[in-house]
Amino acid sequence: MTNKTVLHAKHIEAGAKLVDFHGWEMPINYGSQIEEHHAVRTDAGMFDVSHMTIVDIKGSDAKAYLRRLVINDVAKLEVAGKALYTGMLNNEGGVIDDLIIYFFTETYYRLVVNSATRVKDLAWMNEQASGFDITITERPEFGMIAVQGPQAKAKVATLLTLEQTQAVEGMKPFFGVQAGDLFIATTGYTGENGYEIVVPEDQAADLWQKLLDAGVAPCGLGARDTLRLEAGMNLYGLDMDETVSPLAANMAWTISWEPTDRDFIGREVLTAQKAAGDQPKLVGLVFEEKGVLRTGLKVITPFGEGIITSGTFSPTLGHSIAMARVPRSVSLGDTVEVEMRKKLVNVKVIKASFVRNGKKVF
Amino acid sequence: MSNIPSELKYATSHEWVRQEGNGVVTVGITEHAQDLLGDMVFVELPDVDDEISTGDDVAVAESVKAASDIYAPISGKVIEVNEDLEDSPELVNSDAFGAGWLFKVQLADEAELDALLDAEGYENSIDED
Repeated sequence: MTNKTVLHAKHIEAGAKLVDFHGWEMPINYGSQIEEHHAVRTDAGMFDVSHMTIVDIKGSDAKAYLRRLVINDVAKLEVAGKALYTGMLNNEGGVIDDLIIYFFTETYYRLVVNSATRVKDLAWMNEQASGFDITITERPEFGMIAVQGPQAKAKVATLLTLEQTQAVEGMKPFFGVQAGDLFIATTGYTGENGYEIVVPEDQAADLWQKLLDAGVAPCGLGARDTLRLEAGMNLYGLDMDETVSPLAANMAWTISWEPTDRDFIGREVLTAQKAAGDQPKLVGLVFEEKGVLRTGLKVITPFGEGIITSGTFSPTLGHSIAMARVPRSVSLGDTVEVEMRKKLVNVKVIKASFVRNGKKVF
Repeated sequence: MSNIPSELKYATSHEWVRQEGNGVVTVGITEHAQDLLGDMVFVELPDVDDEISTGDDVAVAESVKAASDIYAPISGKVIEVNEDLEDSPELVNSDAFGAGWLFKVQLADEAELDALLDAEGYENSIDED
């Protein structure tokens, strides 16, 4: 069975090439994914992310429940609308999913999780809910459009009501606000400024059209992947999964170790892993010659082998970049080898962050 | 449906061949092939003077999505390569049958051309994919 988002007809209208993405028929591009990539880095582009799963957690134990469920601490969220990126682990310390949590009140949070992991995420969340006074409610009645790029906010601004304009004015990164019918958040997956907008289904096509008319370029999953990789953002299923510790996935920053008495799922395993110091790590790789580092290629280092978890051609930089999981003893600045099309090539190890706000950052 | 010019010859591996006279042909990949591959980022070409044989992997088209071997559709000697592709690999996407050509070959045996598909034959081979 193939799912279609509420914007499916708009994609066809725009000449999208559609592919199956974990059971959803989604645009991979609307012609050229490289042009779409550049539109986001230099102007404004938009993505249909309606396939992503919105889950509202409500109830007197909502805060306590989330403090147990995820590795970051929602107690840090004190300002309404503030968002938090984090991971949800299984009992073995593997990443079930990465997600964003928006804080409204201590009895009302909104989670956005991946669509590919929707079924297992909801099963896990429900299983963990026993004993907590909460309700877990999926919100499929919304569409979601990510508008990203240096001109994204200005172009969205031309469509907002006065009330909505006031609601988003001066909103810092990683916040969300309900403004009229729209939930507007300063989040994204591209390394550019912009919004992710949650819109009632029956208004989604209209909003998409207005954004098109405002000069926002429709962008597919192809550009979304090169943009997020340049920004050094993980993709679930490639850069981490249930067999991978957040310590091995560049997600240590999303773990809140303090206070030490917060008993989140996976804490014991992570504590032991941290003490042992033997988890591999996720780094960035740069290859400035001809050829593209691809997912799954072997990385050879003096400390043992690693693997490329995500690799691509960077349209902004004009050469290949990748994320790779390598032995912890590999240092930033090292040169390691990758087996590419039957030959070994030298690649440089850097922090997994390549482009932010249109500029090279290494 | 992709454009498939009737004056060209084709290989099932998606290369096209244009006869330029005097036993010289130009080789490229089809519009259908570039559409499958997506945005081209690097094209590795053979060297001038390389002797190539039908079926050899002689070039690589590397797109954002994947690296794909390009096979010699005919045998002969490479006499020219499209140097514009070094800086503008996207020509293969925008003009697969024209400015996106890959290399020119002095044929070893013109009779080999008869073994290639015509436009209709190539179209049928795509439909079977």
